[in-house]
Amino acid sequence: MRRRPTDERDLSGWAGWALTLALFVGLWLYGGQLFPWAFDYPRSISIPAARWITSFTKWLLNEATFGLFTFAELTRFIAAVLDVPYRFVLSLLSTGFQSGEGSQAVQILPPLSWVAVIGTGAILGGYAGGARLAALVAGCLTFVLVFGQWQSAMVTLASILVAVPLGVAGGLLLGILAFRHSWFERAIRPVLDLMQTIPVFAYLVPILILFGFGPTAAVVATLIYAMPPMTRITELALRRVPAELTDLGRMVGCTRRQMMWRVLVPASKDPLMVGVNQVIMLSLNMVIIASMIGAGGLGFDVLAALRRLDFGAGLEAGLAIVALAVALDRLSQAFARLRNEPARGNGPVARHPYLLSGVALILAAGLAGLAVPALQTWPDAFELSTGAFWSNVVQWINVNFFDTIEAVKNAVLLNLLVPFKRFLGGLPWAGVTALLAYVGWRLGGWRLAVLVASLAGLIAATGQWEKAAITVYLCGISTVFAMLIGVPIGILASEREGVWAPVRIIIDTLQTLPSFVYLMPAVMLFRVGDFTAMIAVVAYAVVPAVRYTVLGLKGVDPRLTEAGRAMGCTPGQILWRIKLRLALPEILLGLNQTVMFALSMLVITALVGTRDLGQEVYIALTKADPGRGLVAGLAVAFIAIITDRLISASARAARARLGLEAA
Amino acid sequence: MTELPAPDAISANAAEGAKLVCRNLWKLFGPRARETLAALGDAATPERLAASGLVPAVRDVTLSVREGEIFVIMGLSGSGKSTLVRLMSRLVEPTAGEVLFHNRDLLSASDAEMIEIRRHKMGMVFQHFALLPHLTVLDNVAFPLDVQGVPRAEREARARKMIALVGLGGRESSLPRQLSGGQQQRVGIARSLAVEPELWFLDEPFSALDPLIRREMQDEFIRLQSVLKKTIVFITHDFDEAIRLADRIAIMKDGAIVQQGTPEEIVLQPATDYVREFTRAVPRAKVVRVATAMRKASGAEPAGTISARATIAEAAPKFLEGATALRVTDDDGRTVGHLIREDVVALMLGG
Repeated sequence: MRRRPTDERDLSGWAGWALTLALFVGLWLYGGQLFPWAFDYPRSISIPAARWITSFTKWLLNEATFGLFTFAELTRFIAAVLDVPYRFVLSLLSTGFQSGEGSQAVQILPPLSWVAVIGTGAILGGYAGGARLAALVAGCLTFVLVFGQWQSAMVTLASILVAVPLGVAGGLLLGILAFRHSWFERAIRPVLDLMQTIPVFAYLVPILILFGFGPTAAVVATLIYAMPPMTRITELALRRVPAELTDLGRMVGCTRRQMMWRVLVPASKDPLMVGVNQVIMLSLNMVIIASMIGAGGLGFDVLAALRRLDFGAGLEAGLAIVALAVALDRLSQAFARLRNEPARGNGPVARHPYLLSGVALILAAGLAGLAVPALQTWPDAFELSTGAFWSNVVQWINVNFFDTIEAVKNAVLLNLLVPFKRFLGGLPWAGVTALLAYVGWRLGGWRLAVLVASLAGLIAATGQWEKAAITVYLCGISTVFAMLIGVPIGILASEREGVWAPVRIIIDTLQTLPSFVYLMPAVMLFRVGDFTAMIAVVAYAVVPAVRYTVLGLKGVDPRLTEAGRAMGCTPGQILWRIKLRLALPEILLGLNQTVMFALSMLVITALVGTRDLGQEVYIALTKADPGRGLVAGLAVAFIAIITDRLISASARAARARLGLEAA
Repeated sequence: MTELPAPDAISANAAEGAKLVCRNLWKLFGPRARETLAALGDAATPERLAASGLVPAVRDVTLSVREGEIFVIMGLSGSGKSTLVRLMSRLVEPTAGEVLFHNRDLLSASDAEMIEIRRHKMGMVFQHFALLPHLTVLDNVAFPLDVQGVPRAEREARARKMIALVGLGGRESSLPRQLSGGQQQRVGIARSLAVEPELWFLDEPFSALDPLIRREMQDEFIRLQSVLKKTIVFITHDFDEAIRLADRIAIMKDGAIVQQGTPEEIVLQPATDYVREFTRAVPRAKVVRVATAMRKASGAEPAGTISARATIAEAAPKFLEGATALRVTDDDGRTVGHLIREDVVALMLGG
């Protein structure tokens, strides 16, 4: 047992905080004349990281070589390899199989008809979750069909169908390696941290340069984005396999390979399937974003609609994404819960009823499609469009409520957003860095202090401080609002089962939606700007605030609330003095997640005209400047890591204080 | 009084075919365990080891398991008994000492040789069953054979035989979670027997079961052993279970063996106060053998007979029909003494 030395720091602790804060305020108010360098990072000693990265990328592209082939050839080769399955799936779902190129192309085989795709979806749903799931999946896909989003949705689906197996397999292998070799685990952990915290826009540029513009580059970006959680879940799941099962494996004489594939992996099937679900949902999210580098599909439709401010079209494509997301999520969750029941009956027909009916359906639908074209391609005449309707709704709202909305928006902007933005922008970088170091030291010792201080220092040194301040301001305000909305809802939901049931359905659904979708309604009502960004971020980040509050409150030991009731506490006292105190660590974790969600959404709100690091990344993307984008992206990642480490440390401290965990 | 057998006595045992011998076996958890232990030598007391940051799990254990006997290792949680059984199959690597299996030092075997030995010579039953959740009963039992590459038809035939042996016939296609705890452990037993091991390790096999089921499983185990005659190392924390099943018992405390001997020896002559605590509640009649309580044959030959190996509790009902004495016979049926009614009564009343 290692124990940190307990120190009598109650009194000296408060004094330390007061002194540090006083010094900080002193520097902020009066240090401007004395230490100008503390406010504006001196250019002479700044790190030209952006230039380095850009020239490094150029070097990779033009000069790096492995002897037999160059680096660029390698990446192009990977792209070409990935292109094969992608072309195949795309042909299957969307374009049909063709021979020849361009205008001389002759279709050999038509793509799967909508009847076949919807039917296959329903059969999968029926297999994994019964009639209700079959109806849900078929309903979602029919919605996409009827509202004329079929072509785009099939392009998106094709990218996902290629990215998910690769992401799952890659994550599984990396996770196994990390499980087997602790050096690999130590090496990969910071890489995974960065992969998950760097905003996706930031690595779109290097990928674009290395893999070329198009769907395969989007698949690569999707893999980078979706693989880390699978890797983590795999490693964790393998470590959680009961020791008795590994003993069993060794006792019956398993080789290393048999141990992994016959014992460990099957025994951790449940958590692994959760990982697969994550990969699917993250892939969907990323495929939408990756429309910027030529993935096409639904994401491109949303993006295009956003650019020409065509809310109706954007919302329709957005709703199609929602439908696709709900179908994929429920389907993969059902597969995760699926237990392999022992086969009943004999013969191939009795054993594989779903497989056979699927094949039969695809064949029958293909033949029927040849005879009746309407069964092959949904006729345009039957397509419904609500685009005009939604445009009218927005117009109506804007005509009738423009003044109210503007008043609210301006009041919040002038009284809250702008002053806070100015306040943060005026803080000295050196003072903030020192303050962070002090907080880190108090919460987690000198290691944490060094980590947060050096990350904050790097942000300043690479010239990102001002933009980072704007990011922190938007993220901070959005987090506060998300917590102010989310925590009370969480409290209410945990107290009343009747509230929890609908709230859970709503947050479950919200969580499956790609972040892109949140922009549409916000832009429709508030047009572009910081306020719009804030609304979208709050909507996206409120989910973890609710979820973790409920988790924490429901997790409080019922014996303690019972004891409280026995002592005559009122329900209010039980809530304030017992439950919320004990749920504090979870609520802090919820805060942590809320900040992470807010940051990842914030970058996407660059599309609606913020001026922060996200915008920097976005500009770099449009200019294809890898250095600029990555440096800004890394700055976002550093903010995320600093926040994460500090909040996690204080959550740990809170747990230790409550006696829930050894200090 | 049972002394720890001297090392040369063990070599003698080994020569006459003791199946498994552990000599001065140590397991210490912590950094640089091997070097520290070697440096300390005889001075390796628990206190000294703890001072060097090492946790002693098994300390200087010497024992031998004979062909065909049930050797029970009994100890409370944390006494090192589960580690000890894992040292015997090298699931856990010993820090020092020797493990001899058929006079062959397991610690010098290569990984591939260990895999072969475990595949064909050893079977193990686990406290929490360790069934693979995604496999049916049949596939679970056939799993060790599958790992060896035995063809499907053959391994399934053998697995079916084992399933019938443990009384689970008809449940072959069930999944583990569809079975009760007792049934799951029957699957675990069938699986460990599927490779027909020479050496059978049972690590607290019945501890996770309800008392009634536990009793039933013990009876089942006794029945199985009467058929199979395996060499068994059985781990338990339950002294009554140990007394009930064991040919010989080793009692562990803090990683070391405090006493080993037959149940009778341990109950009648506990080596320490610690052992005496366990034996206090055990009825003498259940462990004392007729051979110990009988007198020299004298006077008229009684009509009834009793085996010298029976316990007094087993002999007692024979007196209910009015006999005052029983003729005690050895395995070959020769008379070796008389068991007198008063002696039995005194023993049973004396508790």
